[in-house]
Amino acid sequence: MEFKTHISVQNLDVFYGTERALKDITVDIPDKKITVIIGPSGCGKTTLLKSFNRLVDSMDEVKVSGKVFLDGENIFDPKVEITHIRKKMGLLSQKPFPLPMSIYDNVAYGPRIHGIRDKKELGRIVEHYLKQSSLWDEVKDRLHAPASRLSLGQQQRLCLARGLAVEPEIILGDEPTSALDPKSSQRIEQRFLELKREYTIVIVTHILRQAMRLADYVVFLYLGELIEHGPAEDILVDPKEEMTKEYIKGIIS
Amino acid sequence: MMLLTIFSGLIVFLMAFGLYQRSRPILAIKPLTELLFSTSWHPLRGEFGFFPFIMGTLWVTGVALAIAVPLCLLTAIYLSQYAHRRVREWTNPLIDLLAGIPSVVYGMWGILIIVPLIKNHIAPFFGIFSTGYSVIAGSIVLAIMIFPIIIHVAVEVFRSVPYEVSEASLALGATKWQTVKHVVIRKAMPGVIAAIVLGLSRAFGETMAVLMVAGNVAKVPSSVFDPAYPLPALIANNYGEMLSVPLYDSALLLASLVLLLVVLFFNIISRVILIRVERSIQ
Amino acid sequence: MSRRNIEENVFKGLMVVSTLIILSTLVLILATVTVKGLPALNLAMITQTPKGGYYLGKEGGVLNAIVGSLYLAGGATLLAISISLVVVLYLNVYAKKDSHLAAFTRFSFDVLWGIPSIVYGAFGFTIMIFFGLRTSLLAGIIAVSLLILPIMSRAMDEVIRMVPEELFDASYALGATRLETAFKVIARQALPGILTAVLVAFGRGIGDAASVIFTAGFTDSIPYSLFRPAATLPLAIFFQLGTPIPEVQDRAYASALILTVIILIISVVSRILTKKFTKHIVK
Repeated sequence: MEFKTHISVQNLDVFYGTERALKDITVDIPDKKITVIIGPSGCGKTTLLKSFNRLVDSMDEVKVSGKVFLDGENIFDPKVEITHIRKKMGLLSQKPFPLPMSIYDNVAYGPRIHGIRDKKELGRIVEHYLKQSSLWDEVKDRLHAPASRLSLGQQQRLCLARGLAVEPEIILGDEPTSALDPKSSQRIEQRFLELKREYTIVIVTHILRQAMRLADYVVFLYLGELIEHGPAEDILVDPKEEMTKEYIKGIIS
Repeated sequence: MMLLTIFSGLIVFLMAFGLYQRSRPILAIKPLTELLFSTSWHPLRGEFGFFPFIMGTLWVTGVALAIAVPLCLLTAIYLSQYAHRRVREWTNPLIDLLAGIPSVVYGMWGILIIVPLIKNHIAPFFGIFSTGYSVIAGSIVLAIMIFPIIIHVAVEVFRSVPYEVSEASLALGATKWQTVKHVVIRKAMPGVIAAIVLGLSRAFGETMAVLMVAGNVAKVPSSVFDPAYPLPALIANNYGEMLSVPLYDSALLLASLVLLLVVLFFNIISRVILIRVERSIQ
Repeated sequence: MSRRNIEENVFKGLMVVSTLIILSTLVLILATVTVKGLPALNLAMITQTPKGGYYLGKEGGVLNAIVGSLYLAGGATLLAISISLVVVLYLNVYAKKDSHLAAFTRFSFDVLWGIPSIVYGAFGFTIMIFFGLRTSLLAGIIAVSLLILPIMSRAMDEVIRMVPEELFDASYALGATRLETAFKVIARQALPGILTAVLVAFGRGIGDAASVIFTAGFTDSIPYSLFRPAATLPLAIFFQLGTPIPEVQDRAYASALILTVIILIISVVSRILTKKFTKHIVK
């Protein structure tokens, strides 16, 4: 299978203080596919994901070296407008964190900060993305209720709609179903499979079954090192590295 | 041990009761409304109208809050959201130090720096004559005195906003300030109010520093350059005479009781809010 | 630059300016106290009592107020320690976690903490009348100890609450009674933190004027009895500033410098203790 590259990571190192969280990572993330980052917890999966939208370097004591190219532009270049990078990516975190405002305002938040003021336009955007994340029917009668009143599963779909509303190219998911019940998880996964026609999707997970259901491309990290990466059918079925084999066997059996 | 614990928990009630006992003589002959709303303060004639002092307190406290709140909130946002850990490590002890300076020292500083500044520069700039001993002098000194408590509580409150919520906003491409304005402040609102109310109640009861710079004229002030005579200053200033004039001590202890109840009210409100905030995080 | 980036920078600028304003007030206050106080400071100030009365006398020192303040704050601190220790140990060892009494006591300390010192002074005055006391060192000590009780208790409570549960259990397992556990294990483990709490309270006590103005009175001599009035530094500053005589006002500046230095020393020592404490704590 041929892949077109969307995000290209080159020699990426991340330090938390003196601790080296990512060690010389070089990997290409394919365009309009679902890439799944797997590995045991604490191996740097989330760090790698949050390097893509530079949330990682907003913390104290974090040092980053290396390059990440997005559409041919190095996002760690000091001249780059950080908000533009982030606008290109929607983030789904482990637990849904709705903003402290209404359902409507949550979705309209992104478009508003990027300068859309027109009420009709905003209404159209909110409806469109709530539909795309299949939440519209459940909330269309109470758009102005606080988002915190929704169930966890609904909140996570709201967060998806909120992320989509800024019209990103990429969706980043940091174990996006780990706080959800099986039914809600399934709905989110279903969304991903449909969305990959239009978006590049990168998901961190420690659930191997989820990786098998979703992945087109797999990246395996272990203790901050990139062990193996490649098309899903190669890595998950017939890994070359001993460590990957053990990880996959260990989890499955 | 338990008895001592219960006793110490009940000190507030004991204080209120003790002061009430002592203010009964004046309450027995004067209606409370007259005491609170009359502007006539002539202890020798037996007239005890607290209104000028209450207004003095409100003026000084109000202006002090107007100065302190914006500065403190901006600082608290800076320290909690923007500043590097090392900056925080430097500023925290300095702000603690500000809290430790005794109020007479603040008062003295006010006399040496703020009062002449108002008399010679600020009031003439507005074309007004002022001795410098005024509402605004008291307010500036008070504002500085309540910086530490407001900043301290507000920083705690802002830091208690889960980072992931800010992260969600940042990930959508919001700038840091947009995130603070729309998300952090909104989420922290109840706690911010509690911080302000704590500052307010601290300002309400502060005595010596205000007494030294506010001018102490028993008249309702009509501008910030007028002198004011806040309630706590009244109490502290007349400790000498109060036993020689009939009912004077009773009136002053009633003033203390009023002060106690008002501050108690504000404190209870803000503590309850803060406890709720703490619970909502866990 | 886009509008929102301008807004970002404007507000960030405002924040930095606010922080600098607030920090510069501290510098300005300390500088004023030093510049005014240092020239007036001499050995006599801290070794002699005032000559010719505090209001008019230009000679002598404020030893009466320094000693008075130390006696008063010291006495109040001792009184407050004996109450706080018992209450705090009770709250943490005997009372069940989250019992109503514990929650109520903590809440009432938080509220007491915010009550103005003049109210403590007025309350101290009512106690004085009740027991037929005159203005005296003892009355001052009672008023100030009430003032610092909540500060000390809450600070101690926070410290002792950080003592790990296992330490309690380990002590019980060795057959210690609750009382032994309380005093030996907990008090020792939390000692540096408790000392910090004591110092903070002492600092507050020594700097407060409004609570002693009714209760401790003022005198030119060093107090030799609990039942005699006692001078205090804050009041010495207050009274000396109130005179029209420049030389006496200078003495107020010197007294303010002395008081500020005492407060600074206390704050530095307590900070060092806190550092030490956080290093040793078992987590």
